[in-house]
Amino acid sequence: MSIRRGLLALLAQEPMYGAQLRSEFESRTGGTWPLNVGQVYTTLARLERDGLVEGAGEADAEGRIAYRLTDAGRTEVQRWWAAPVDRDSTPRDELVIKLALAVTVPGVDVQRVVQTQRTATLRHLQALTKLKRGTPDEAGGRAPDEQKDLAWLLVLDNLVYAAEAEIRWLDHVETRLARQAMRPPKASPRDTAGSYGDRSSEGVSREGASR
Amino acid sequence: MSERPILFLDNVSRVHGRDETVVRALDAVTLEVYAGELVAVMGPSGSGKSTLLNLAGGLDQPTSGKVLVEGADVGAMSLRDLAALRRRSLGFVFQDFNLIPSLTAAENVALPLELDGQRVRKARRAALESLETVGIADLADRYPEHMSGGQQQRVAIARALVGERRLVLADEPTGALDSQTGEAVLRVLRARCDAGAGGLLVTHEARHAAWADRVVFLRDGVIVDSTGNQPSAESLLESAGTT
Repeated sequence: MSIRRGLLALLAQEPMYGAQLRSEFESRTGGTWPLNVGQVYTTLARLERDGLVEGAGEADAEGRIAYRLTDAGRTEVQRWWAAPVDRDSTPRDELVIKLALAVTVPGVDVQRVVQTQRTATLRHLQALTKLKRGTPDEAGGRAPDEQKDLAWLLVLDNLVYAAEAEIRWLDHVETRLARQAMRPPKASPRDTAGSYGDRSSEGVSREGASR
Repeated sequence: MSERPILFLDNVSRVHGRDETVVRALDAVTLEVYAGELVAVMGPSGSGKSTLLNLAGGLDQPTSGKVLVEGADVGAMSLRDLAALRRRSLGFVFQDFNLIPSLTAAENVALPLELDGQRVRKARRAALESLETVGIADLADRYPEHMSGGQQQRVAIARALVGERRLVLADEPTGALDSQTGEAVLRVLRARCDAGAGGLLVTHEARHAAWADRVVFLRDGVIVDSTGNQPSAESLLESAGTT
């Protein structure tokens, strides 16, 4: 998550000092991405260095300096709203790696791995849903009091859909494994020693041919 | 929670066919639903979800084991008692609403009470109360065709829980609804359970199952796992993703 862009977007609304930026960022994202003040000031310093923000006048009585956007900063914010978020930088997912290894390393009960994960992810989903229950929602007959309620709901929805996607993927993995297990072991000329690499590539091509 | 579950499936099996063609639709399933509790059953098609719901509602009989609704053994009931049980103790909610098109919302909700011999006036009063609890008292005199899918499903929930009925059996109740409306319907179902009803929800959507207190996973007629009791919300934010 780009803190840099988040802070720029907040400053587009009005000038703020560091602690203010931090609390605004956290309250609008429902505390899902906690920042520490040090992170905020380091980021502000870099933004200032890059000419995207500048000090807005003198320090106040408590020595705090508010920051505001420069023209270049404003352009940067506009560009952020206009462009899609880069998905290439998605971090590697431990679960994907774990399952990829589980199906290739002998002796792992893959079904069990899948079910254990599914139960855990569903518990997570239940907890998220519980948080949603505590939030007003126009569909539930109450209008969200503030834009911040709405922001929090959007964040929660995102986490809900991410968890749901993971469960759907696990369902899919399970179906695929079951189909693989039901397939009669066909002795292909290359598949005599039962090499895993060979088998998986055979599986893909056989499936393709049967459709 | 009360001491006795509203619904108790005690080691229930349902077998179709025999010998070589035998199919174990449900195999030694034990499940309890208490008042105030919403339990979701998840599983792929063919896992036994519908069989489980039909057994719970007395629409089908177990091959072995017992189904108890409010302590009464459904398997030992005469057809007449079974029909009375379905009028008085439990209600179904289906994917396609199943309201009677020629009756208004209030008449649909009142129907099980009238069939049970209650006076029209008294039944209507109970129906209006039930519609109030699902937030659509103002739609009492509308016909189903003049209601949205979400509104119709609320009527179905009101009907399922009208009067003394305390158990709602819901089969993919959000299947025909868009995501926002589906969520609103689940909020209603959840609220009715929080108010003391017991609910058994069958769904293949994790997002909807997550409204339940407990989610059980059914696979080839067997319960393979359960989420157990709800986790605390505190443990959540740290795992919610801090990238």
